[in-house]
Amino acid sequence: MAETRAAKADAGGSDLGRIRNFAIIAHIDHGKSTLADRLIEMCGGLESREMKAQVLDTMDIERERGITIKAQTVRLTYTATNGETYHLNLMDTPGHVDFAYEVSRSLAACEGSILLVDASQGVEAQTLANVYQAIDANHEIIIALNKIDLPAAEPERIRQQIEDVVGLDASEAIPISAKTGAGVADLLDALVQRLPAPTGRRDAPAKALLVDSWYDPYLGVVVLVRVHDGVLRKGMRIRMMAAGSVHTVERVGIFSPKTTQTEELGPGEIGFVTASIKEVADTHVGDTITDDRNPAAEALTGFQPSVPVVFCGLFPADSADFNELRESLARLRLNDSSFHFETESSPALGFGFRCGFLGLLHLEIIQERLEREFNLNLVTTAPSVVYRLRMTDGTETELHNPVDYPDVTKIARVQEPWIKATVMVPDEYLGAVLKLCEDRRGIQLDLTYSGSRAVVQYRLPLNEVVFDFYDRLKSVSRGYASFDYHLDGYEDGQLVKVSILVNSEPVDALSLIVHRERAEARGRAICERLKKLIPRQLFKIPIQAAIGGKVIARETISAMRKDVTAKCYGGDVSRKRKLLDKQKRGKKRMRTFGKVDIPQEAFIAALRLGEE
Amino acid sequence: MENKVDAGLAIYVHWPFCRSKCPYCDFNSHVRDNVDEARWSRALTAEIAHTAARLESPRRRATSIFFGGGTPSLMPPSVAAAVIDAIARHFTLADDAEITLEANPTSAEAGSFRGFRDAGVNRLSLGVQALNDTDLRALGREHSAAEALAALDAAQTVFPRASFDLIYARPGQTLNDWRGELKQALALAGTGAGAGHLSLYQLTFEQGTPFFQARRRGAIQPLDDDVAADMFDLTQDMCEAAGLPAYEISNHAAPGRECRHNLNYWRYGEYAGIGPGAHGRLRLQGALCAVKAHRSPEKWLAAVESKGHGGEPPARLDQRTRAEEALMMGLRLREGVGAERFEAATGVPLRTCLPASARQDLIEGGFLAPGADGLRATAKGRNVLDAVLGELAASLQIPAEVPVVS
Ligand SMILES: Nc1nc2c(ncn2[C@@H]2O[C@H](COP(=O)(O)OP(=O)(O)OP(=O)(O)O)[C@@H](O)[C@H]2O)c(=O)[nH]1
Ligand SMILES: C[S@@+](CC[C@H](N)C(=O)[O-])C[C@H]1O[C@@H](n2cnc3c(N)ncnc32)[C@H](O)[C@@H]1O
Ligand code: SF4
Ligand SMILES: [Mg+2]
Repeated sequence: MAETRAAKADAGGSDLGRIRNFAIIAHIDHGKSTLADRLIEMCGGLESREMKAQVLDTMDIERERGITIKAQTVRLTYTATNGETYHLNLMDTPGHVDFAYEVSRSLAACEGSILLVDASQGVEAQTLANVYQAIDANHEIIIALNKIDLPAAEPERIRQQIEDVVGLDASEAIPISAKTGAGVADLLDALVQRLPAPTGRRDAPAKALLVDSWYDPYLGVVVLVRVHDGVLRKGMRIRMMAAGSVHTVERVGIFSPKTTQTEELGPGEIGFVTASIKEVADTHVGDTITDDRNPAAEALTGFQPSVPVVFCGLFPADSADFNELRESLARLRLNDSSFHFETESSPALGFGFRCGFLGLLHLEIIQERLEREFNLNLVTTAPSVVYRLRMTDGTETELHNPVDYPDVTKIARVQEPWIKATVMVPDEYLGAVLKLCEDRRGIQLDLTYSGSRAVVQYRLPLNEVVFDFYDRLKSVSRGYASFDYHLDGYEDGQLVKVSILVNSEPVDALSLIVHRERAEARGRAICERLKKLIPRQLFKIPIQAAIGGKVIARETISAMRKDVTAKCYGGDVSRKRKLLDKQKRGKKRMRTFGKVDIPQEAFIAALRLGEE
Repeated sequence: MENKVDAGLAIYVHWPFCRSKCPYCDFNSHVRDNVDEARWSRALTAEIAHTAARLESPRRRATSIFFGGGTPSLMPPSVAAAVIDAIARHFTLADDAEITLEANPTSAEAGSFRGFRDAGVNRLSLGVQALNDTDLRALGREHSAAEALAALDAAQTVFPRASFDLIYARPGQTLNDWRGELKQALALAGTGAGAGHLSLYQLTFEQGTPFFQARRRGAIQPLDDDVAADMFDLTQDMCEAAGLPAYEISNHAAPGRECRHNLNYWRYGEYAGIGPGAHGRLRLQGALCAVKAHRSPEKWLAAVESKGHGGEPPARLDQRTRAEEALMMGLRLREGVGAERFEAATGVPLRTCLPASARQDLIEGGFLAPGADGLRATAKGRNVLDAVLGELAASLQIPAEVPVVS
């Protein structure tokens, strides 16, 4: 992002009463980023030639998928109808359940929220999840009914639905169209009128919440802060209270949305700090930043650490890229504190990392970002949840990786995580959704209606959800169902480890933990898939799925019968050489199982395919 | 390593022109309206002189000449005569030298057979490709089956030795179709005094050819691998039974009727290439080198006319490359790779490069013949030779490789 010098208007401490901090929260696709566009435009943050749809979704992956992944902060200068000029700090948040951690941190930096509800769709699962978070954060909530330009919009019905389902007073909800801009002026006015101004003391020791951090190729490590007390300015020595590290501030500034340096950041303000921070480990979201010479007595509350719920192995397809992968993961982790990694090694895949994510979309996004932003070719192993093993000797361990599954005779009980899920779905698809949940070992807790929309609550084992539940849900409801969940404890389960053996040798990367009743079907599916993926070789290859020593499924790849260049002509050996060299290159990417070389691509493909 | 006795040199001469380009063919062959034959004749003879001068002992023995293409039967016999004369001038042309010419079986070319024989050609290799008109058309050939049979008859009468090529495992061909056709081919190959040799190639889809594109588009459906494998097995059995066993993957001959020129390649002997795109393996300053000429006819011609040769600078082959090439070529032969020949070519004993441990899996799998001093692929192994070579190349052990300086 180009850096422009601060305008004079931004100098000096803003009057706290003229600041409003708010997050825009909603279900996926209800129009948060589009509303942010209108707010930016109407406050003159960008000129019209600089505008584009969802201008804050800057990552390629966000633009391609049309979703927000990373929360974004913008300071707008707004002259209200009363003639006063305000600083509005807007935070656009993601809607998808996997990125709830982004939302919660944004909420912690603000005093209020705009709850956006698509007036043609109504309340959805993440509408509920996010609004409850905002209420928990003591936010003042302004409701906006979006997309009123659509013929299918029913703002009045949705207003009632919000009262019924969410339990908020929706009488002051503002009908808007983020697309056309209708009603957005009213919304701006309401922000100034109805949201509380932040509080804080300019003369107190500096105290700022570290909301987010990321790596910028020009600025280095950038830290997003919400100042509570005191002032942050260039040259100041700041201390991260939890990390204990001290840095000299190089720049402070805001996003207009362009990166704009300011003289200082005062109480109530949201902006960025750069401070020659080299170590990834030095920035922890939720940490409190204070003045090293005049430190605050107490740190701010900070955040609940994010808990990864889905784990998988990430391996470089080319083992030479291991160090690069490590560095890239560290970089990404800087931009995304909710993902975790540690080294892991696998006979089939070499050295790599065991990584923890907030959900499957999160996993997919990280994987894709590594591949495109860091140009890495990756192998991803099947996602797994965290099991708790109670051993016969009374100890308890957490299992993040099926490979580490201990000797069964030493295990007393296996416990798996459960979730409480809320699904909202139109009546006509309810049957299919219930069947899906039942198939996944779900236990129904509640079923209510809001008009023709059913709200179902289920308890489900997380391991039944991490694979393809979300896709299946979308498909059985033709895209009309929405889904949200949170973790809901551990329970004993009839779980077994299924090993996959190629040529009688176990392929660790393909082993999985499943419910006993599903073991055979799953094992068979993997064997069949591998049979299709592994090219015929000189020797025939048995492929088996087994629980302990017991084979539960088997396939055989017959030996190849023909692989020979028919014509070798005119002494042109070089042509055949090329073929041989290609084969040799190919071999480097193979993993040997006994006499059999399996192209790594086959594993990758086996791992990439979703469950059928 | 110096050669004590001159093992002889095989000389390949490339004629890069064809009347039309066949849609499966990726050889260095080109269609040109006008070919200045006198100029080509001068250039080919000039390159022969240059090659002879480049070799250490100036008068090496030439044991075979092979005119390949393209379509060398389109050359005026006088050009063949000039080339053979040049070779005889610059080399010691063995009395019993095998001189082969590739020919397309059109009536026009059959008319030049006597001329070629008078020029010194004593073996003809005829590109019949198929014995029925439908398949010949599908292969984009310019001749009919009847014309091909007439040309074969003429060749068998005119030349002391004649062979012909067929392409099989064609799209749509059934095992029964091929059985019938091969039976007919064996009858044709087996008769006549000079017969007794047959080349049977499975159709390959070479990158860059119209057939390759058509397969990708789905316009041509290649035969299933299993059917092709059955056809290959059938071919081995029928030829064996008819007294023409395979001596190489795709070449069949009555004992003693093998193509000596080609055998020399497969035995990794020395050979020189003359003409555009021709390859050679020559011992230069004591080291085995790869020599390769410009592929484009025009570029080659211009280079010869200005420098006396159309080749790129020779490249020394390191030990590993020589070992790999010796295996790649030698294992195509039923007789396999001889231990002595291997060591002569590479400077390392075969046993050291491929110790018993490296062969064991392939022997147990029935791909390599057990025992023996050399290395020999079984019939089963020859069927999957590319994969076998991949395995062998991966386990080749080249002791303390001496880097080559050039
Ligand atoms: N007709 C109409 N379409 C709208 C309106 N607001 C947003 N959209 C469309 O709705 C889709 C989603 O809009 P976004 O702004 O990306 O939604 P979001 O809430 O930011 O989505 P996530 O960040 O993925 O949660 C886009 O196609 C927008 O063009 C509106 O007022 N009217
Ligand atoms: C240099 S080519 C051609 C000789 C001569 N011009 C002719 O076409 O008859 C030698 C032989 O290679 C074989 N051949 C060429 N292309 C082939 C392919 N794509 N697949 C299998 N055999 C091929 C044909 O049998 C052909 O006769
Ligand atoms: S197959 Fe023979 S005639 Fe056809 S293009 Fe190739 S070389 Fe020329
Ligand atoms: Mg968005």
